[in-house]
Amino acid sequence: MSGPDEMSHYPRAQLVQLDWKPPRTPWTETPVDLRPGTFIYPGKARNLRIMDLPNARDWAVTDADWKLPTGWRKTVLDGMAERLSRFRSFQLFMDTCVRCGACADKCHFFLGSGDPRNMPVLRAELLRSIYRKDFTAMGRLFGELAGARELTPDVIKEWFYYFYQCTECRRCSVFCPYGIDTAEITMMGRELLGLLGLYVNWVIEPVANCFRVGNHLGIQPHGMKDTLEFMADDIEDATGIRVDIPINKKGAEILFVTPSGDFVADPGIYTCMSYMLLFHELGIDYTWSTYASDGGNFGLFTSHEAMKRLNAKIYTEAKRLGVKWILGGECGHMWRVIHQYMDTMNGPADFLEVPRSPVTGTVFEHAHSTKMIHLMEFMADVIRHGKLELDPARNDHIRITFHDSCNPARAMGIFEEPRYVLRAACNHFFEMPENTIREQTFCCGGGAGLGTDENMEMRLRGGLPRGNAVRWVQEQHGVNQLAAMCAIDRATLVTVCDYWAPGVKVTGISELLANATVFRGEHARTRNLRLEPLPGIGELATGNGSEEATHG
Amino acid sequence: MKMLLPLLVVAALFALAFIAGPAGAGWLFGVALPYAALALLVGGLLYRVALWARAPVPFRIPVSCGQQASLDWIRPARLDNPRSAAGAVGRMAIEVLLFRSLLRNTRAKQTADGRLVYGTDLALWAGALAMHWAMLVLLVRHLRFVTEPVPALVLAVERVDSFLEIGLPAVYLTSVLFLGALLYLLGRRLANPLVRYVSLPTDYFALFLLLGIGLSGFAMRHLFRTDLAAAKELAMGLVRFAPVVPEAVGGVFFGHLFLVAALAAYLPFSKLLHAPGVFLSPTRNLANNNRAVRHVNPWDYPVKVHSYEDYENELREKMVHAGIPVEREPEPVTAAVLVGATEPAASADTQDPAGRV
Repeated sequence: MSGPDEMSHYPRAQLVQLDWKPPRTPWTETPVDLRPGTFIYPGKARNLRIMDLPNARDWAVTDADWKLPTGWRKTVLDGMAERLSRFRSFQLFMDTCVRCGACADKCHFFLGSGDPRNMPVLRAELLRSIYRKDFTAMGRLFGELAGARELTPDVIKEWFYYFYQCTECRRCSVFCPYGIDTAEITMMGRELLGLLGLYVNWVIEPVANCFRVGNHLGIQPHGMKDTLEFMADDIEDATGIRVDIPINKKGAEILFVTPSGDFVADPGIYTCMSYMLLFHELGIDYTWSTYASDGGNFGLFTSHEAMKRLNAKIYTEAKRLGVKWILGGECGHMWRVIHQYMDTMNGPADFLEVPRSPVTGTVFEHAHSTKMIHLMEFMADVIRHGKLELDPARNDHIRITFHDSCNPARAMGIFEEPRYVLRAACNHFFEMPENTIREQTFCCGGGAGLGTDENMEMRLRGGLPRGNAVRWVQEQHGVNQLAAMCAIDRATLVTVCDYWAPGVKVTGISELLANATVFRGEHARTRNLRLEPLPGIGELATGNGSEEATHG
Repeated sequence: MKMLLPLLVVAALFALAFIAGPAGAGWLFGVALPYAALALLVGGLLYRVALWARAPVPFRIPVSCGQQASLDWIRPARLDNPRSAAGAVGRMAIEVLLFRSLLRNTRAKQTADGRLVYGTDLALWAGALAMHWAMLVLLVRHLRFVTEPVPALVLAVERVDSFLEIGLPAVYLTSVLFLGALLYLLGRRLANPLVRYVSLPTDYFALFLLLGIGLSGFAMRHLFRTDLAAAKELAMGLVRFAPVVPEAVGGVFFGHLFLVAALAAYLPFSKLLHAPGVFLSPTRNLANNNRAVRHVNPWDYPVKVHSYEDYENELREKMVHAGIPVEREPEPVTAAVLVGATEPAASADTQDPAGRV
């Protein structure tokens, strides 16, 4: 018997039975079903203490009493008033929804679960109903008729369940006629829960780790060096090239920041190896930092304050090391923070220079203030100038599709750069259906701190729309790999693909690029960075493609 | 219940004015209440918009719906992902005038073999656009009641709007469009199980109010033949602050006017606020030039961070052992090494690189 935290616990035939019909009872009278597999364990007291967060205690989601602090109702309402006055977005999104329902079937969690409170409109109504009761004349006068309700402990439980059942992917906001952004709603909801000490451990432990040690995984500096050295060994095995590992190097030209997930998790490690190899080939003077060893920022999934506290390290470290500018690796939510928050929160970075490619001389004016650019912007420019010798045939056994990660897509708009790199590196690239890519891309189902195994049922349900689109290109075009420039994707889409489109592997774009690059001084290549045989060369020239197509 | 009560309330409002207006309460329904409603509308809207405008936009959070502007050989989507203020104005214009976001609407379906597909679904876009544009034309046409002489523009709109010349007086196309679109929106709210599930009584109330106004207006023109000269006399009186209540205006007119007054008074306290709200939406009205131009948060405050110094103090031994450079060697060091190494921040555990001004 498998447990609710395992994929095999959920028969596919059962999860694919979608029922979008709402229940007979109104949502306000339908109890929340806190069943294992659909919620995340609470934040541990020690992690809250590291971050000086209130009401640190140990509790369980299934407890009847969540040990809310005394005066919790006032705490929540005061917190709400404060945020209404600080964020125009929040005030406006509380007032302007007309419940047209355009967002209803845009959420991957609603599509996969059929739970009406996963419709973005109702996720916002969870907060709006309380807002109306305590902040509007209509709500005070007409109560339920005006859609108002009392703030009770059950409402808090409902908030906890549903605000940690939203990946803040912003797909619904693309379709909303008023641009109402559920990510904004969820962020406010999570901040309010945080005032009562209600966090999930899958988010708050990485936050505490990142705060103290520099990265979400809690890898200490010597561990990070070991990890990168192991990777260098593997790089040497595959290519014959020994790469440098510059760490905390003062006076380097570029500080390189990437999500720490790429240090340990398969297949993220191949992306990380590729960074080092490509930088070596291009002769870039860069450095890793152990203090700012995570570009990812689970503070985004906690509170604006936590986000700022974690993000501060990047500029601080750039200043300490005396670099000229900052380059960011393949990460999703990290790029929302870098693009939309970093400069405002921790800038201005007037001690840095506007990024200028040492390879091509291109000046990246679009990062004039932040001084940080995306690796795909950098690499697209490098390839455009013909500075890498590419042999895409080395990826001919791969039939690739590309998953636009939510945050780079909808909080930035980086669509063409990664595709340009992909096309340069691969001969066989196939897009998923158009309503599932670019600004309409579907989330992996595990973003915003939901990608933990105890939440397996919701991950699989939320991953259904994405998995379904992957399955389509697998059947139509024989796609056997999916590229994503996001470390959370590289972790969670492995599960989603294994479940909904078995046989499709997950990769980063840099890995494909490194595998297609003919490096100066490489030995006769027979294997790629996964130490798999290259097509047309070496021992297993023929068997590989069919093996992949039938895998799983 | 969610639907019936709002329907009854609107019917009762109409009936009240219909009966009481001609029966001696003409001044109340023809003058006092319209003025009061107008005051509530103006005051309420000012209050609301001031409330919104007062709340700052601490972060620049546009939702990007197209390619960003980065490398000069990649074409950016200037309207769906604007890089400049002018682009953002353009984005707002197509949002407000053409309902750009609704134009993207899709409907998810599951096929018999279990696949999810997303078909284009433009009915909501068409219905909403028809209703709002028809309402605008209706408002313009109504200017004939509060202007003397009637501006040429209003006359021109009337001529175009009635060019089919069906009936006498000719039926205005927009009247039909307005009522038809409202009925569609109501029907959709009832027929679509998801929309019905999320609907509040107030959602129906707004629809019934608009329907009541439209129907009573239509009835006055085509069924009961209200004395238009008398209606205009009353309206002109209101505009000139010299109110008169002519005998000839009938019950339907009082009902119509009272529903309009109810709508005006209700608007600032309801979801109908989406009209001014859409202009202020931070996911739509900002340029996505975040990395090029710094956005300032007016309430930014210093936060507690884990400084590099604290970090190294905790991990120095391990760093040195692994051969990672440090600011301070583990042994006691001379002051000279320290100079310029770490910044002795004003407070070791708080920092504010923004240098708040």
